[in-house]
Amino acid sequence: MLRAVGRRLARAGAVVFGAATLAFAALQLLPGDPVAVMLGPATSASPQVREQIRVDFGFDEPVPVRYLHYLGDLVTGDLGRSYQLQQPVTTLIEEQLWPTVQLVAASVTLAVVIAVVSAVVTAGRRSALRAVVTLAELVALSTPQFWLGIVLLTVFSFRLNLFPVAGAQDLTALVLPAVTLALPVAGVLAQVLREGIETALEQPFVVAARARGRSRIGVRLRHAVRHAAAPLLTLTGWVTGSLLGGAVLVETVFGRPGLGSLLLQAVSSRDMPVVLGVVLLTATVVAVVFILVDLVQLALDPRLRTAAAL
Amino acid sequence: MNGPVNGPLLVVDGLDVTFQVGGERVHAVRDVSFTLDRGECLAIVGESGSGKSVTARTLIGLTGGRSTVRARRLSFDGTDLTTLTEARWRAVRGRHIGLVLQDALVSLDPLRTVGAEVAEPLRVHRLAARDEVAGRVRDTLADVGVPDPARRARQYPHQLSGGLRQRALIASAVAAGPRLLLADEPTTALDVTVQAQVLDLLRRLRQEGLALLLISHDLAVVAGIADRIAVMYGGLIVEGGPAAQVLRDPRHPYTQALLAAVPTLRTRRSRLAVPVPRQPGAGPGGCPYAARCLLADERCRTELPPPAEADPGHSVLCWHPAPTPDQSDQSGPAGPSDQFGPAGPAGSAGPAGSAGAAGAAGAAVLTVAKPPPLAHVPTGSLPTANVPTAGARGEVLLDVDGLSKRFRGPGGAWQHAVDDVSFQLRAGETLGVVGESGSGKTTVARIVLGLLTPDAGTVRFAGAPWNGDGVLERDRRPHRRRIQAVQQDPLSSFDPRYTVERIVGEAVAGTHRRGGRRARRDRVAVLLDQVGLGANLLGRRPRDLSGGQRQRVAIARALAPEPALLVCDEPVSALDVSIQAQILDLLADLQRDLGVAMLFISHDLAVIHQVGDRLLVMRDGRVVESGELGRVFAQPAHPYTRELLAAVPRPAGSTTRAMAR
Repeated sequence: MLRAVGRRLARAGAVVFGAATLAFAALQLLPGDPVAVMLGPATSASPQVREQIRVDFGFDEPVPVRYLHYLGDLVTGDLGRSYQLQQPVTTLIEEQLWPTVQLVAASVTLAVVIAVVSAVVTAGRRSALRAVVTLAELVALSTPQFWLGIVLLTVFSFRLNLFPVAGAQDLTALVLPAVTLALPVAGVLAQVLREGIETALEQPFVVAARARGRSRIGVRLRHAVRHAAAPLLTLTGWVTGSLLGGAVLVETVFGRPGLGSLLLQAVSSRDMPVVLGVVLLTATVVAVVFILVDLVQLALDPRLRTAAAL
Repeated sequence: MNGPVNGPLLVVDGLDVTFQVGGERVHAVRDVSFTLDRGECLAIVGESGSGKSVTARTLIGLTGGRSTVRARRLSFDGTDLTTLTEARWRAVRGRHIGLVLQDALVSLDPLRTVGAEVAEPLRVHRLAARDEVAGRVRDTLADVGVPDPARRARQYPHQLSGGLRQRALIASAVAAGPRLLLADEPTTALDVTVQAQVLDLLRRLRQEGLALLLISHDLAVVAGIADRIAVMYGGLIVEGGPAAQVLRDPRHPYTQALLAAVPTLRTRRSRLAVPVPRQPGAGPGGCPYAARCLLADERCRTELPPPAEADPGHSVLCWHPAPTPDQSDQSGPAGPSDQFGPAGPAGSAGPAGSAGAAGAAGAAVLTVAKPPPLAHVPTGSLPTANVPTAGARGEVLLDVDGLSKRFRGPGGAWQHAVDDVSFQLRAGETLGVVGESGSGKTTVARIVLGLLTPDAGTVRFAGAPWNGDGVLERDRRPHRRRIQAVQQDPLSSFDPRYTVERIVGEAVAGTHRRGGRRARRDRVAVLLDQVGLGANLLGRRPRDLSGGQRQRVAIARALAPEPALLVCDEPVSALDVSIQAQILDLLADLQRDLGVAMLFISHDLAVIHQVGDRLLVMRDGRVVESGELGRVFAQPAHPYTRELLAAVPRPAGSTTRAMAR
């Protein structure tokens, strides 16, 4: 098991290294003076200041040397400084990380709970309930998030006054953003999970389990859901992307602080060190998520635990 | 349940099961009645679709939502099963009535440990405290003959061998100590020797007082264990009675056909399947077997015969039941000699004769293997045993020399799948390769097909290098059409969206490049006709074909490029005995007509005996014995060959062992 984790960590390290290198290369390929890039479009700095920046940030050195410096900084956890905000990028990210983690964690939990309940209850039945639930899922997964967010805001905050309109001061402020972010994901997960459960319910082991006295719902929870989880896990990449991309929209619509807002602001003001920092963080998160998914898959399905996989 | 009650444990009287399929009602089980006592074994035998499995499912309340079950009486140990609610059914399932299905690889949840599955009935019915469960699981596993039960309980189904897996499945069905066990094809997916062991286990459980309802398509399998046999066809029990009587004096034409279909060590090169006449099927009120019955007349097609007693306790549902044995001896001119004459010295008549003790039992088998009414079947075109030996003098087609192939095992260590295997196959000849799963026979097939490169050794085909020793795929491809394959499961080797015409047409296109669509279509029709299928199937898709039809399409596809060699890997293992008989007959016919050579791989010696000229016995990647088929069967030199021979199930079990000695 330790070896399995170690091998996957090494692979994830390679992915992050690749992402860092690509990001560095992209930055070198940007047209124009790197100092102008650092300063952003709106600044009018004197030539002396520009020269100072050039020396401070090492832009006077050859590219390979800068690359090695850059890698060295990354290894020590230094993502550089935002000249525009006059703060280290790590500090900026640290400040904004927690609200986003809260939002994403709440959304994932909500999406999984909704999906499991709706799939387990309706799988393999021909009932009106199933038709209604399936339709609701289709609507949820095809609704644009910003629109959904605005509708929820209008109804629950402005009209009913149940939740705060903006901010991240307490848990009530988390409800509407989390629902907005979760619903489309829940719609997709429920459909995939239902399909998986229905496939599993046709397997002979289901008859065998029922012949031992398991109830219908017991077979679903004890046997079928585990089988249905495998196709679900393959969607993790999509879910991660959807959540991170969605976070940018949702945080903007609900006026929440967070990585999404930070990224949006950095992109619009061309604050390249911040953009780079967020991109690298995202790459690391994705790599770690894939390690976890891989390990969960091994834990779920013993047939995958071959010599090559471990 | 209500404790001991006088009378039989299980009473089924007038059981009717219908299914709603689309807008149609399908009558799956019709007026089925039987009883079962404690410690007794009743076998229900019939082909797929006969209603035998549905009958078993009815007794555990798992026929599904679209079924309607009606019965005059359906009682288990005094409890009326027809009025049970779902909640009360759950209390019966696993606790009082257990169910064992075919193929433990998919009947045990592959994601759960064996122990968790065996523990399931204990947990569901709360029969053991949390800390006792593990001990009970170990005891149950040990009881069904699983060695090292503590370790096995922690393993997953795919980590166990087929035999152990099936034992574990049985353990999960009997863990809660039911009084009735429903076993639906419990040995069908197993190797012959493992099948014998599992049957032994069931026999032992029965002796310990468990009532057993055994469902099988194979009369030979149930012969050694059943007290009584009920033969089902089209939802009806067409014949039922004490096992010995049904096997010795089958009265219904269908029972006779089923018995004749069992490839035994005596039926070599004779026809197994009863020819199916082209005649109209039965009307709604008629006998369902009328469409296939050689004796059917107008009355059979319109009116269902009343149940009649042939002997006390032996009932038959037929307008033309076979006469009693005494009469048949006089009226059966085509008796034993007709059956055994063609086998000749190369056949198995020799060993049967040498086993003097088996004489009496053998005589019984004779009557069984070719019952009197069938002896009148026109046999003009039947192949005889001596035909194929002519082919054995053909030139060497396939020359396999010193083949070895290693794979990495589950533990990461290299294991020999094939170890120094050499053999020759002559044009027009059939070489049977027999062995159990893991013996390396499929690896040999894949190397011969050029799908796998051997680590050492060479394969020469028609005098030219074919595989191994640096032969390139580029050089092999132009000749690939000359070696074709027939696999065990055609369903997974067909594109499910293709029609039969396209499946076979694709293979035709490779060789008949010239000629238009029409010529190709004609060629497909000819091929289908060759394998006994009508042109009306051209538009069907694989899912809409029966198992036998699918295998025929697979054979037609293999024949399309006019190959010199057919590699058949377990081509009949997934089929019912009666369908298996038809396919074996077909392969024998095709070989005689087309002169194609066959490498025929099977785990079943009796099947190979039916079609083979020479035999190769494989074990753990090595050839342990080889030679002319008749010689190997008469004087098996290797103990393993003798073991395999002894495990072949027979309608009259005692003779096998006698012959094997």
